[in-house]
Amino acid sequence: MKLTRRDFVKSNAIAAAASVAGITLPVAKTALAAEEDAGIRWDKAACRYCGTGCSVLMGVKDGKVVASQGDPDAPVNKGLNCIKGYFLPKILYGKDRLTQPLLRKTNGVYDKNGKFEPVSWEEAFKTMAEKWVAARKAKGPKGVGMFGSGQWTLWEGYAASKLMKAGFRTNSLEPNARHCMASAVAAFIRGFGIDEPMGCYDDLEHADVFVLWGANMAEMHPILWSRLTDTRLTKPGCEVHVLSTYEHRCFELADNGMVFEPQTDLAILNYIANYIIQNKAYNKEFIDKHVNFTQTATDIGYGLRASDPREKAAKNAGSGALTKISFEEYAKSVEPYTLEYTSKLSKVPQEKLLKLAKAYADPNKKVSSYWTMGFNQHTRGVWVNGLCYNVHLLMGKISEPGNSPFSLTGQPSACGTAREVGTFTHRLPADLVVANDAHCKYAEKVWKLPAGTIPRANGKSDDADQTDISGKPMGKTLIHAVAMHRALKDGVMNCFWVQCNNNMQAAANLNVESYPGWRNPDNFVAVTDPYPTVSAMAADLVLPTAMWIEKEGAYGNAERRTQFWRQQVTAPGEAKSDLWQIMEFSKYVNVKDVWPEDLIAKMPEYADKTLFDVLYTNGQVDKFPAEQVTDSRGNNYDNDESAHFGFYVQKGLFEEYRLFNTAEGKPKKGHEMADFGDYHNARGIRWPVIDGKETLWRFREGYDPHVAKGEGVKFYGKPDGRANIISAPYEPAAEPPDNEFDLWLCTGRVLEHWHSGSMTRRVPELYRAVPDAVVFMHKNDAKKRRLRDGSMAKIASRRGEILARVETRGRNRPPEGLVFIPWFDASRLVNKLTLDQTDPISKETDYKKCAVKILKA
Amino acid sequence: MNGPVKAKVKGVNRRQFIGNMLKTACGVGLMGMGLGIYSRQASSLPAMAIRPPGALPEEEFLGSCIRCGMCVRDCPYDILKLGQLGSDDVVPGTPYFTARTGPCEMCVDIPCVPACPTNALDHGLTDINDARMGLAVVVDQETCIAFLGLRCEVCFNICPIRGDAITLNYQHNTRSGKHAMFIPVVHSEACTGCGLCEKACILEEAAIKVFPTHLAKGELGKHYRLGWKEKQKAGGALVTPDAEHRYNLPEGVRYDLQGKGLIMDGTEEVPVSSNPLDTLNDGNPLDTLNKGLEDR
Amino acid sequence: MATKPRLGKEAVEAKGWLKANKWLILRRLSQFGILGLFLLGPLAGVWIVKGNLAYSMTLDFLPLSDPHILLQAVLAGVEPHGEAIIGVIIVVVVYMLIGGRVFCSWVCPVNLVTDLSCCVRRMLGIRTSTQLSRSARYWLLGVTLILPLITGAIVWEMFNPVSMAFRGLVFGLGMAWVILLGIFLFDIFVSKEGWCGRLCPVGAFYSLLGWKSLLRVVAEDREKCDDCMECYEVCPEEQVIRPALKGKEQGIGPVILSSNCTNCGRCIDVCAEDVFHFGSRFANQKTNLGSAEIKTKEQTFSDAA
Repeated sequence: MKLTRRDFVKSNAIAAAASVAGITLPVAKTALAAEEDAGIRWDKAACRYCGTGCSVLMGVKDGKVVASQGDPDAPVNKGLNCIKGYFLPKILYGKDRLTQPLLRKTNGVYDKNGKFEPVSWEEAFKTMAEKWVAARKAKGPKGVGMFGSGQWTLWEGYAASKLMKAGFRTNSLEPNARHCMASAVAAFIRGFGIDEPMGCYDDLEHADVFVLWGANMAEMHPILWSRLTDTRLTKPGCEVHVLSTYEHRCFELADNGMVFEPQTDLAILNYIANYIIQNKAYNKEFIDKHVNFTQTATDIGYGLRASDPREKAAKNAGSGALTKISFEEYAKSVEPYTLEYTSKLSKVPQEKLLKLAKAYADPNKKVSSYWTMGFNQHTRGVWVNGLCYNVHLLMGKISEPGNSPFSLTGQPSACGTAREVGTFTHRLPADLVVANDAHCKYAEKVWKLPAGTIPRANGKSDDADQTDISGKPMGKTLIHAVAMHRALKDGVMNCFWVQCNNNMQAAANLNVESYPGWRNPDNFVAVTDPYPTVSAMAADLVLPTAMWIEKEGAYGNAERRTQFWRQQVTAPGEAKSDLWQIMEFSKYVNVKDVWPEDLIAKMPEYADKTLFDVLYTNGQVDKFPAEQVTDSRGNNYDNDESAHFGFYVQKGLFEEYRLFNTAEGKPKKGHEMADFGDYHNARGIRWPVIDGKETLWRFREGYDPHVAKGEGVKFYGKPDGRANIISAPYEPAAEPPDNEFDLWLCTGRVLEHWHSGSMTRRVPELYRAVPDAVVFMHKNDAKKRRLRDGSMAKIASRRGEILARVETRGRNRPPEGLVFIPWFDASRLVNKLTLDQTDPISKETDYKKCAVKILKA
Repeated sequence: MNGPVKAKVKGVNRRQFIGNMLKTACGVGLMGMGLGIYSRQASSLPAMAIRPPGALPEEEFLGSCIRCGMCVRDCPYDILKLGQLGSDDVVPGTPYFTARTGPCEMCVDIPCVPACPTNALDHGLTDINDARMGLAVVVDQETCIAFLGLRCEVCFNICPIRGDAITLNYQHNTRSGKHAMFIPVVHSEACTGCGLCEKACILEEAAIKVFPTHLAKGELGKHYRLGWKEKQKAGGALVTPDAEHRYNLPEGVRYDLQGKGLIMDGTEEVPVSSNPLDTLNDGNPLDTLNKGLEDR
Repeated sequence: MATKPRLGKEAVEAKGWLKANKWLILRRLSQFGILGLFLLGPLAGVWIVKGNLAYSMTLDFLPLSDPHILLQAVLAGVEPHGEAIIGVIIVVVVYMLIGGRVFCSWVCPVNLVTDLSCCVRRMLGIRTSTQLSRSARYWLLGVTLILPLITGAIVWEMFNPVSMAFRGLVFGLGMAWVILLGIFLFDIFVSKEGWCGRLCPVGAFYSLLGWKSLLRVVAEDREKCDDCMECYEVCPEEQVIRPALKGKEQGIGPVILSSNCTNCGRCIDVCAEDVFHFGSRFANQKTNLGSAEIKTKEQTFSDAA
């Protein structure tokens, strides 16, 4: 009886299972798909998310993206995507897209404490221009500010740079790359005199040893990780070393996984250098020919407000001064970093450190080091980037296939936009800087502007004070991202425009600095965003934007690859691209409003013009008439910006930007780009592009046309062609745990969500996969606090507190004493906890180290 | 009014009474049989319905569950439902959850189990990792994007006992030539059938699904043993170890019986196996390194 | 028929509306109150009682189990946990004291349906009724207990309208309303009091439980009876009244001793003469008849009826 009954149950269940599995379903779907595929227009685009720069194909039908695929011909991803890329089309169609400008109003007039009401673009820009001009006059060059993005397209960044630096004559322009890449940038400049990695992704196939320094590539650069993994899998002898302050997904592949005490990466790198020197494994010939030794100033503080006791205590707060030293002096500086000392300090077992040092020291092994935010978001980020270069330079393992110190980027165009076109406060396009009077003059010439337009870092041109619109001297003009929020809070800056960013979720120390700054009654904050993010909620004016493929765009990825796409679809409602907004806004500001008379006097023909006239219809930007954008297959594409402004805006801006690399008297070489049209036909091209040929490895003869025959290696960013080995010691973190706040807090991302989640959290599948941010912690730490998996915990720092569920079994396994919380979740803002500490040199925020306590909620 | 009449009345009553009894008994008996048979047919659990942790095997479960719903009430994530007549094909009143919409969150204290008054949820279950609610299966390798080389691994990432219940198998992507594929593999010895993976699967129809274990699991022939596992268990060969072999070979040629077979000395450029798995599993890069340094 | 006064009209006139509906109101309060307690959790988040009638936990310390369901489970091979056993003991003791079928009239949600059927039936003036034996329920009860023995599953609970209705109201009804509708129509068109009075094995089980219960309806003032017949009309188990009300001449005591009396108190309500009251089974001791004798006599009387 029992048996037959069981059999009966079984057969029934199998039938049910079969119906669930649905044998007939796929067939029906295929037929349907074939029908749907007819009439789809396919075109390429660069993925909207990370710095990997995968190429995707977007299928458009009836004005909507209905299909997508990885681009099978893209060398980066070969038709593959990560989970976020798989859902790319859905980010355009979140149900709460912003479609109208919204201004806080009461009784029909702007009111800081009013409710958002739809307004016309004209009213929005009129209100904004009024505020901006007033603030610019009253508060000087720092009275207004703009915060842009490594997600801007190339020309958006370029247009913004022009608007701010030349138009408003202010250096208050920063990209979010300040929070992301600034340490890498500063280290590139200090080490090599020119920004961005010397290698490229092909190193992933050529290295014998991979070392990950504070990079969770497995989740943050998914496609690159699959390339690294493939090499590990298929190349005999290949090994992977992973260093992090907690165990993450990369440790699954690691031959040598190391969890170190936060901040001790400084010591570990010095130990490796010491090991190389002690064992005389260094490449003497390379050092003699291509390297200088320098010592950086120490005890430099933590980029906190000057009133903070830690800043007062620092001897050389903010100093990045370099002193030339000898090899022997350098060797002596790393001598204290013995295996015993370093192991004790870092809590990494000696044998693991030794194994790592040996990998670097083995002359027969090609080593590629990769890092991201673990290095960059670091109060000694510039130092630690440099220490990694030190090791590579000591061994001469640089600038050739497989031997590459490689800084990965988190944003699709952190390199292309934020860095290359000069959207930092201290920069101009193509690696020029505002601290250099000659660079400024060159930029003014390219831009057809009177000399002295661009505010110098110190406010002096030709040793004379630049005059501000108020008639007073310009004064010091540099202001970095974190300082901008402080300036807003202090009322020094009154107008702020944020594009392509979610500061309220990203900027550290939300409660104390950012939010009070934005809501300061004297301030007017505009946010350009496709969705109502927490930043939009905290703003006074919200401007709806056309995102990604709703405009023609270009991104530059981490391996110097520039990729273009055409506008595929039209933005909903009145949403307009960031580029349109920047250029259209410039029509509302007159030259007379922001330029002093003595400057206008140099070019009186500009006296009665608007900023739009002098910046964007200067005969260069408007050189190319609006044309029907087509591809080689005869498909037509819209270009809303060209249609509105009457000329091919993107091409004009790009070609003007190219002048920085091609015009006569250019101060720097090495940033050469290809023709505008070439990019629409290629799956990205890696600069410098000389005679139509792209460059894979820079600074090495044969690979880099800027290195002459017989030179072998030449770091031509530096006047003497030599790279800098920069000695820097271990210095402790700003806020280590103590008795009360007894845990390190590290923040970061997850594979499924990108940055603040404003796009990916609107994709239902991704939201379902990872709905909430949890606090990853060690099970002993949880037990001590009477917490277990799924318990709600209160995480508190000196600055704020949030609630999150406890996860001890998850993908990230912190050691005892450290917790990890991802920051994608707008419902629990982890930036309430983080400290607004920065690297004093790069001014990049350290989101990886602050002290918290955790209680049962 | 008098005796016989009364007796007659009574006699008729008795006959009627007995007849009624028989009719009733037959009717009720038939009904009972009907109920019994129908209940057997109806008590097959649909494959998408999963019992709470600790549930006895389905047959015993149906004999033990008194349909009180206490487990439903004590589930902190509110994922459990009671079967409803005619709407979900689950025996009415018995608890279940649907992985795709509400999987078991695997609470450490398993509150649903002690709530059960009858042991239908086995009170012997104290470690949630020992629960066997079902078994996750990657049912469709054609649509699972990991098999296509895309970087997803959502099921792996979400798995509470990831690394044991679901692991990733790295495979070379022969199509792209330079990317690895991260193939999710479910291990029945660790999978609890919680269904978090099925819920998280980003496909429109999940490619990984939790099924009752008996549907999900194959079974090896009872006679067959895995040689390498038996050898490992025994700590050596089960029979007399292989004798030492010697070969007739030309100069410069060796033969590695247990390893690569024929080896032409001089053609070997790297001291590692061509099978990367050997390196992954057994290789000791430190040794290799030390050797390199000594040589120099 | 049309001229027949509305049921209970006399009582209302004699005692006032409230008194003439006192027990009905209390009973409805009890039925809805119990349901309300169970719903307070899922609807308002106030967790006084968890579970359902099969097994419940009140304020995290008072377990209550349904003895019929638990017996089926035991027959299917279950060893219940301590709390479940304590719950059964509490429930059994209570019903043994106050009358098993108090469950039917004061707790069971199906009673609301069958009472409504009765009401509709009266309104429509339907008199015809298929004669189902009132003992059928005991046979069915037997079946519910044999099935788990044979199959090892608690088969009856897959169909039991009583537990299904209550569970449905607390946890989600599904298609259970079809069964309730069936009972509703069955009671109207097929058999008067067909479900509760003739078929329901749950009621049968509880009637057995209350075989010796203390709390009884007593026709204390049976002399006052004016033969208006309203008590018979409203009684769901009308056969139980007669011995107590009319048995004086046969020497039968005034206590309604049949375990099928549900102690609903409706007879007390509708009697304009206040014949009935709640009392104890020992109220018969005032007469000089032994209980055994009473029982035989009562049985004879009922059979004749």
